[in-house]
Amino acid sequence: MTADTEKMTPEQQALFDYLLRLGDNAVVLSHRLGEWCGHAPVLEEDIALINVALDLLGQARSIMTYAGEVEGAGHDEDALVYRRDGFDYRNVLLVEQPNEENFAVAIVRQFLFDAWHYELQTALLQSSDARLAAIAAKSVKEVTYHLRHSSEWMVRLGDGTAESHGRVQEALDDLWRFSGELFEADAVEERMAAAGIGPHPQSLYAAWSETVDRVLAEATLSRPEDGWMQSGGRNGRHGEHLGFILAEMQFLQRAYPDARW
Amino acid sequence: MYTQGLDVQKGDVSIPLEQGDSELERRFQAKIDADEKIEPKDWMPEGYRKTLVRQISQHAHSEVVGMLPEGNWITRAPSLRRKAALLAKIQDEAGHGLYLYSACETLNVSRQELVDQLLEGKAKYSSIFNYPSTTWADIGAIGWLVDGAAIMNQVPLQRCSYGPYSRAMIRICKEESFHQRQGYEIMLTLARGTAAQKRMAQDALNRWWWPSLMMFGPNDKDSPHSAQSMRWKIKRVSNDELRQKFVDVTVPQADFLGLTMPDPALRWNAGSGHYDFGEIDWEEFKQVLQGNGPCNRERMRDRNRAHERGRWVREAALAHAEKRRARAAAQTTAVAAE
Repeated sequence: MTADTEKMTPEQQALFDYLLRLGDNAVVLSHRLGEWCGHAPVLEEDIALINVALDLLGQARSIMTYAGEVEGAGHDEDALVYRRDGFDYRNVLLVEQPNEENFAVAIVRQFLFDAWHYELQTALLQSSDARLAAIAAKSVKEVTYHLRHSSEWMVRLGDGTAESHGRVQEALDDLWRFSGELFEADAVEERMAAAGIGPHPQSLYAAWSETVDRVLAEATLSRPEDGWMQSGGRNGRHGEHLGFILAEMQFLQRAYPDARW
Repeated sequence: MYTQGLDVQKGDVSIPLEQGDSELERRFQAKIDADEKIEPKDWMPEGYRKTLVRQISQHAHSEVVGMLPEGNWITRAPSLRRKAALLAKIQDEAGHGLYLYSACETLNVSRQELVDQLLEGKAKYSSIFNYPSTTWADIGAIGWLVDGAAIMNQVPLQRCSYGPYSRAMIRICKEESFHQRQGYEIMLTLARGTAAQKRMAQDALNRWWWPSLMMFGPNDKDSPHSAQSMRWKIKRVSNDELRQKFVDVTVPQADFLGLTMPDPALRWNAGSGHYDFGEIDWEEFKQVLQGNGPCNRERMRDRNRAHERGRWVREAALAHAEKRRARAAAQTTAVAAE
C-alpha cells in the first residue's frame, strides 16, 4: 500500500507524512519495548517497559487514525501499520535499533528518544492543528514519565558499577550517530513549522542537548563527539532491522488478508 | 493466571499432616472455624505457614512464567487493539506476581529466596505454561480456558483464611475475569471469522482443553493434603468439584462458539445435572510436572537467561543506591561538623 498522493493537496500530503513520522516512531519503539516482555532484569522493569510500550501504542493509534482521515483513502490505523512496507515507514533510525538483549541499549535508545519526544510533545501543545494539540495534551503526561524513567536508569547504570558504566557508555557511543536525524529539517518539517502545526526540528535541539548534558553529568558519562550522523528513516531509507520487525509484526495481516481480528 | 492443585504432591512429607492440640493450636483452629482471618503477626502452625508459602509462591511463579507463552505473541498480535490488550494483560500478570511475592514475604520468606527456588528448579509453577503457544488463537484459548480455570480456582480463595492471600485474590480475581472475557472475545472473533480462522480456533481448543482440566490438580482421592488444607481453609473446594464446575460452565461456551470439544466421552448427564467427561491422561500430567512437558526446558532456560542477563543491572542499581546513601550520610556528617 502506498499513499495515494493524487487526492491530497500539498498541505494534506505534508501533514500526512508528518503524522506517519510521529506514528511510526511510536509503533516501532513500542514494538522494540514489547520484545522485552518476560525478559527484563527485574519484574518491576517488565512492568515499566510494558507500560511505556502501551503508552506509545496508544499514541500511535490516535495518530494513525488521524493520518488515515487526512489521507482520505479509507485506511484505518491497522491498514496503515500492518499493510505498509518498509520503504513507506517514516520512523527515525534510532527507534528501530535492536535490543541485542542488552538493557543498556534499550535504556540509551529510550533516553535519547524521550529527551527529544518530551520537547516535541510539549511544543505540539501549541500546535495550530487542534487534533494534534489534543493528542499532545495526553501524550506529554506520559512522555514526562518516560523521560524520568529512562533518565533515572541512565544515572543508575552510569553511576553504578564499573561494569554498568562501561556498558552504558558503549551503548551511548554506539547509538549517538542516530541522534542527529531527530533535528533534521526537510521540506515536510519546514512546511509544518511554517503552518504552526509542528515545531521546527532545530528549535528542539537546545533543550534536548541541555537535558542530555544534565543527565550524562549526573550519570558520570561522557557525551560522545558529534561525528557523521546516520539518517534516512524519515524518508523511508531504513537499516536492515526494520524489515524483520515488519515481517514479524505484519505476519497475520499479510498471511490472512481477508480476515478481521 | 493461576497455579493449580499441585500445591502439595502425593508422597511429599515436607509438610506435616498431623496437627497437635496445644492451646495455641486450639485457639488458631477456633479462629479459623469462626471464619476469622489469620494475619501475619498471629501465631500459626509451621505446616500452615509452609503450605501457604508453597501455594502462594507457586501462584506467583505461575504469573511470571505465564508471561512467556503470551509474550510470545506480542510482536505478532494482529491489530493494534489486540496488541494493546495483550500488553495490558501481561502487565497485569507481572503485577499479580509482584503482589503475590509480597503476600509471601509476610510469611517470613524473601522474594529472592523464592525466585532462587524457581530458577533452581526447586519450585513448581502451573504445568499449563509448559505448553507452547503456536498460533494467535492460543492467546484466545489461554484467556478463555486457562484464565477461566484460574478463576474457578481463585474465587473460593478470596475466602481463604490467610488475610493477605485472601485480599490479594479479591483484587486478582477482578482482573482475571476481565482477561477471561477478552480471551473469549478473541475466540468468538475467530470462530465467526474466515474458515482459516475457525480452524485456528478449533486447533487451539483441541490443544488447550485437556491441559486446562489438569490445572485443577489430581483427583481428590490422590490429593492427600487436601483434607488438612480444607480444615485450615487454605483450600475451600476440592479439585474434582472445581474441575466439574469448570466443565459445566465451559461446554456451553464452546457450543456457542460452534467449536467441538476434543472429548468423545463428553455428554450431558441429566441424572447428575452435570457433564460427564473422559479420563484425563494423568501420565501426561505427571510427565509435565516432572519437567518433561513440551516447553519445560525452554521456560526455565528463558527465566534463567533473563535473570543472568539482568544481573549487572541489578548490581548497578544496588551499587548506585549505596553510593547515594553514603553521599547523603557524608553530607549529614559534614553539616553536623560545621
